Amino acid sequence: MIQLDALAKAFGGRPVLAGVTLEVPDGQNTVIIGPSGSGKSVTLKCIVGLIEPDAGRVVVDGAVVQELDREALTDLRGRIGFVFQFAALFDSMTVAENIALGLRRRGYDADEIAARVEDSLGVVELAGTERKYPAELSGGMRKRVGIARAIALKPRYILYDEPTSGLDPVTSTVMDQLMMRTRDLGVTGLVVSHDMRSAFCVGDRIAMLHDGRIRQAGTKAEIQATTDPVVRQFIEGRP
Amino acid sequence: MAARVSVRDGFVAYVGRQTLETARALADVRTWSPLLLAQMRHLGVDSVPIALFIAIFTGIVLSLLSSYIFTGAVPLYFVGALVGKTVMMELGPVLTGMALAGRVGASIAAELGTMKVTEQVDALETLAYDPNAYLVVPRVLAATLMFPVITAFAMFVGVTSGWITSVNLLDLSTPEFFKGLKQFYRFKDIWFGLVKSASFGAAVALMGCLRGLDAKSGAQGVGQSTTRAVVLGCEAILVLDAFWALVLL
Repeated sequence: MIQLDALAKAFGGRPVLAGVTLEVPDGQNTVIIGPSGSGKSVTLKCIVGLIEPDAGRVVVDGAVVQELDREALTDLRGRIGFVFQFAALFDSMTVAENIALGLRRRGYDADEIAARVEDSLGVVELAGTERKYPAELSGGMRKRVGIARAIALKPRYILYDEPTSGLDPVTSTVMDQLMMRTRDLGVTGLVVSHDMRSAFCVGDRIAMLHDGRIRQAGTKAEIQATTDPVVRQFIEGRP
Repeated sequence: MAARVSVRDGFVAYVGRQTLETARALADVRTWSPLLLAQMRHLGVDSVPIALFIAIFTGIVLSLLSSYIFTGAVPLYFVGALVGKTVMMELGPVLTGMALAGRVGASIAAELGTMKVTEQVDALETLAYDPNAYLVVPRVLAATLMFPVITAFAMFVGVTSGWITSVNLLDLSTPEFFKGLKQFYRFKDIWFGLVKSASFGAAVALMGCLRGLDAKSGAQGVGQSTTRAVVLGCEAILVLDAFWALVLL
């Protein structure tokens, strides 16, 4: 389980997170919604130790991320897949090399790596793109390769940073289906998004981040029935 | 968790911390060793033409300049001595270093800066790679190893072009040129230049890496990092040049 406990972070004196507390239950997709710039991506990066919070703590499987040494942090990252907003594929490598990079780090042999690359590309329905470079792919395909790179490691958790932003409705639906399929494989998902259609589609639980804190968290039904005016305004898209 | 230091914490602190991190990452041989040869080719072999171009014209100018200075005052065979000493000890390493600070430093800063702003560096970390071991160490090692090789070529070509110029444009024969060259030659002339150039390579690559990894978002941020990497690389060369002169001469 991932637990965020009073997480706080400021950049240049401007507080972005001001005490985020949230539990991400195992085996479900939890979606953090909130306006752009509300600190959703910062929250994800705190979980994998890419950003160090000013206060509070992140607990993953009982371990406090901020207290881990380099070796333990590397071990933790082996259990967490991260899908970046713009995919963050290595543009000097082919699709297959992008997916294989993390596997090589874990010491798998060439046959195992080839099999996992093939399997993960099959899951995201991109078989046959192994030799293509990221520049030859569309935005949606790149994001799917990003998911393939994450699931190839067979992680326990996957963190998705704005997985449907900038995609057409059909490709967004494909991404939603992928996130649900991944959850059905037993992977716990934490998604940050401001796309309410996608959030209600993939989320088992939804939490709204507002003014640096979790304004409300609950099941999909609870959020849909909320009477909180701020949450209502956001999910209905009212200005 | 290791705290991240950025250039905003103070440049000296940032350079110090990152240099220590790079030294620590040297132990991660499994990560950087497969990347070293490709970097040696990219940063070293591909830089040979520009280094040789500079060396040719340095040799020509030095021989003409020394002839102009010596005529009527010093025997002309001293042209060989001045060309040899100057190319091997100073102009070969420094001019080659400066040229490569532009080519290598800019290339590294732009590449790593782009990786930084497109989150590829973050992606490396989430895949359990240490960016210092994967990105910084192979580049710094490659530059440290290849700068002396390129400088050695530049020394040879610079002296050769000085010799050809002396024979064809000055009233100097080949035996006279080599008489001057040999009379004042010490083996130290060569290793002094090569040691300097190795330190220049390390400094240029390190500045490129540090500036690239600290690039701010956007094309402008990458551009600024690239410019600063080149300026810092050139400044580091001049400081190291003075340092080695103080220590080894």
